[in-house]
Amino acid sequence: MRDTTEDAESPPAPGPEPMRIAVVAESTKSETRVALTPETVRKVADLGYHVTVQSGAGELAGFADSAYAEAGADVAEGPVWDADVVVMINAPQAEEIANLREGSALVAMLAPRFEAERVTALAGQGVTALSMDAVPRISRAQSMDVLSSMANIAGYRAVIEAAHAFGRFFTGQVTAAGKVPPAKVLVAGAGVAGLAAIAAANSLGAVVRATDPRAEVADQVRSLGGEYLAVEVEQEASTDGYAKATSEDYDRRAAEIYSEQAADVDIIITTALIPGRPAPKLITAADVASMRPGSVLVDMAAAQGGNVEGSVAGEVVTTDHGVTIIGYTDLPARLPAQASQLYGTNVLNLLKLMTPGKDGRLTLDLEDTVVRGLTVAHGGEVLWPPPAVSVSAAPAAAQAAAAPVEKKPEKVRSPLAKALPPIIGALALFLVTAFAPAELAGHLTVFVLAIVIGFYVIGNVHHALHTPLMSVTNAISGIIVVGAILQIGTGGGGLVLGLAAAATLLAAINIVGGFAVTRRMLSMFSRSPGRS
Amino acid sequence: MQTWTTAAYLIAALLFVVSLAGLSRHETSRSGVVFGIAGMTIALVATAIVAFGSASGLGIALLLVALVIGAAIGLWRARVVEMTGMPELIALMHSFVGLAAVLVGWNGYLEVEGGAESGAGEQLTGSLLGIHHAEVAIGVFIGAVTFTGSIIAYLKLSAKIKSAPLMLPGKNVLNLGALVVFAAFTVWFVITPALWILAVLTVLALLLGLHLVASIGGGDMPVVVSMLNSYSGWAAAASGFLLGNDLLIITGALVGSSGAYLSYIMCKAMNRSFVSVIAGGFGATSSTAAAVEGEHREVNAAGVAELLADARSVVITPGYGMAVAQAQYPVAELTRKLRDAGVEVRFGVHPVAGRLPGHMNVLLAEAQVPYDIVLEMDEINDDLAGTDVVLVIGANDTVNPSAAEDPGSPIAGMPVLKVWEAKDVIVFKRSMATGYAGVQNPLFFRENTQMLFGDAKERVQDILTELAALVRTG
Repeated sequence: MRDTTEDAESPPAPGPEPMRIAVVAESTKSETRVALTPETVRKVADLGYHVTVQSGAGELAGFADSAYAEAGADVAEGPVWDADVVVMINAPQAEEIANLREGSALVAMLAPRFEAERVTALAGQGVTALSMDAVPRISRAQSMDVLSSMANIAGYRAVIEAAHAFGRFFTGQVTAAGKVPPAKVLVAGAGVAGLAAIAAANSLGAVVRATDPRAEVADQVRSLGGEYLAVEVEQEASTDGYAKATSEDYDRRAAEIYSEQAADVDIIITTALIPGRPAPKLITAADVASMRPGSVLVDMAAAQGGNVEGSVAGEVVTTDHGVTIIGYTDLPARLPAQASQLYGTNVLNLLKLMTPGKDGRLTLDLEDTVVRGLTVAHGGEVLWPPPAVSVSAAPAAAQAAAAPVEKKPEKVRSPLAKALPPIIGALALFLVTAFAPAELAGHLTVFVLAIVIGFYVIGNVHHALHTPLMSVTNAISGIIVVGAILQIGTGGGGLVLGLAAAATLLAAINIVGGFAVTRRMLSMFSRSPGRS
Repeated sequence: MQTWTTAAYLIAALLFVVSLAGLSRHETSRSGVVFGIAGMTIALVATAIVAFGSASGLGIALLLVALVIGAAIGLWRARVVEMTGMPELIALMHSFVGLAAVLVGWNGYLEVEGGAESGAGEQLTGSLLGIHHAEVAIGVFIGAVTFTGSIIAYLKLSAKIKSAPLMLPGKNVLNLGALVVFAAFTVWFVITPALWILAVLTVLALLLGLHLVASIGGGDMPVVVSMLNSYSGWAAAASGFLLGNDLLIITGALVGSSGAYLSYIMCKAMNRSFVSVIAGGFGATSSTAAAVEGEHREVNAAGVAELLADARSVVITPGYGMAVAQAQYPVAELTRKLRDAGVEVRFGVHPVAGRLPGHMNVLLAEAQVPYDIVLEMDEINDDLAGTDVVLVIGANDTVNPSAAEDPGSPIAGMPVLKVWEAKDVIVFKRSMATGYAGVQNPLFFRENTQMLFGDAKERVQDILTELAALVRTG
């Protein structure tokens, strides 16, 4: 493990030998996934690393030891805790942490927000802990964002689980045996999981509705075939890519919508999570009671306390009047092969970022916002939480002058403020013209009207013709020759004559040159033959 | 002035409007030029008749000689100019208008305030005379700024001076200060129209023009050129006010507003505000942009030829580098070959590619590339994901993914051609140096990007040779 915090720019020193990466079998109950698949192992090996896989690590996900061996990994009987980098999905158990070697790196979903003790333990062990679920939500880091890739799978699986428990068609049908109405699905929260659920439910033929405090996701919902139920209350724009806690007004109106919808729909899938806080209660016990018997709720936030009153983490609960509440917390693990593949690719992308030399040497550059964000412990110190990263592209104040001016959606100008500049302009124009002598007033009128005509005439010029346009306006602005000629005409002294003649000469170059070069350019533009 | 000259001027002004309107579409662009020439001829003839009525023999002789020499120079330059040299020519022509406006302004002073024409001073009295002073000052000021600004733009574009922005301490204060001093001197000049005040004003304006453009970096040149186009129009309009001539006012306003609109389009294309362009210094600021790291892959001409032979759709995104290397002819040849072989070839042109609005279109047209396969960024961006091969020829900042993906980048938020979404990207480049904006380009390190180093013209010719060999053997 090299530490380049001091000088991230220096070229990596030639390492003596590539680092060893160990894939450890998951010890967590009901975990079926594996941190790296044979396919990702091969690519990790391409980065120069030596990969060791614990025998049987991929078995539940459908990857045999032989597949790993074929991909170039060593297969070891027990877990290889003393490797340079240990890759897992779930955080190691407390007793497993003690096995980790000081100075080695651990890559896993460590949930630093909730498991501060674990982070402290890892720091105490001298381990560099990289938490895959702490990847900052910026565009560059998307390829490493396991929360997104797992949420995508979970959203899909939630619909499948709901369909299984629902016991009816999703799609509406008219058959010889009668008409079957389509199932109605409500998805609360249109994040990655929510959108995946919307898409899955829609493709099964259900009528899908979705709610989300962020009005900007409405288009995404519609694009996947869902109907967006807006909560008509003022909201701040999100700056970190996550939904914020909501205002009281909002909550009241949202609660009404959920109550209305609960009585109407057959399936509710809730995905609402707020970072660092218990999940918001969206569906009350009364709402659940108002649902028809046979209806299904899938509470994807069950592990964080649940969005649905009465949901139990990891279990399926059926109410007295036949409503099923599914609280599975292992939805991604129920599609183990693909979940492993996506997780492995996320890990691979992280390793790519941290192996700039492709020499099998992991480099920790804490100046990099992505690396800094997911490093929760290093060198015996706890590095959680990282400094804030803002998703919106607002530039730092120091470079504000040179950086593009960012539109600030929060700052809404009142109609009066918007109308003020034109009003002042019109007033100034009025005053100037009103107090000018008649002759000047006439000229001003002509001037202002000509400006407006200019804007409208140029407004729809084809991009390709900008250069010819410019050379023509060049020629036309040679009209200043008229002024020069008139000055010659008025007689005047030798100096006046000389200056006017010089001006005439310059303007003549412009006029003739401008028109001639424009004609030359335009004669070159031609269409493809045989097309109209 | 007689009514018939006013009538002639009205017709000329209308013809100019029709001329500009005609230039908005390919189909009508040629007749647009004809209208422009007609308008100019009418204006010139009408003016000449008026002038001949009162001018001395010497004056008429001077006028004719100046017109003939000017026309000859203009024709000669228009004939010989390389299409790659259009930006320089246009910048130079802006400076002529600026200088002419300065001369006309000084003449206006000499005639009226200087009393060179006996009795002229008494024709204007009271407020009219004061307005005349102000018009002289403003006209000279705008003209002088246009003049030196365009000269600097010309020198930068023709690489006679370095295109990096000049960074004087407190440059914005300098610019604003010059404007304030100008306003103060104008007021003073209106009260006491002394020759030396006008001289100081002229020098001040010349310096301001110099500094204004010198502090703007090369990457912003398309905006600068269209901005100067606008200034030259305002200079003509100011002369019109000075001489009380509506034709000058109308034409100046037309050119001025059209130039301003073009500048606006260019600024929008770069996602920058007009003020920040004027404030200058682009590319020289420190930033928090993420360091670009990784290694690039090289490819040779034979490899590119093979890729192209197998491709179904190809998009070529040219930049200023293509103009510098004069590669437009072999590129057009390559386009023809591929199209004949049934490959769909299109061009994606970024609004600020080159050093002049529409520069790439003119170059490609010169090389006989049909204009209907030359598309704008917005027209082609969505298709890039489904494209097999993108050839990036001499473009850099306009295809930089960090504009879209790295909020810390100095060019963050600038709309760019999303070439990285294509299956394969070939970047033609001399070396790994950065573009005009001085920003490193992560595109070069992408997995689907391959670099073809060397002179773009020679490399494209190599590809043509390889392609011909492939067709023979295959």
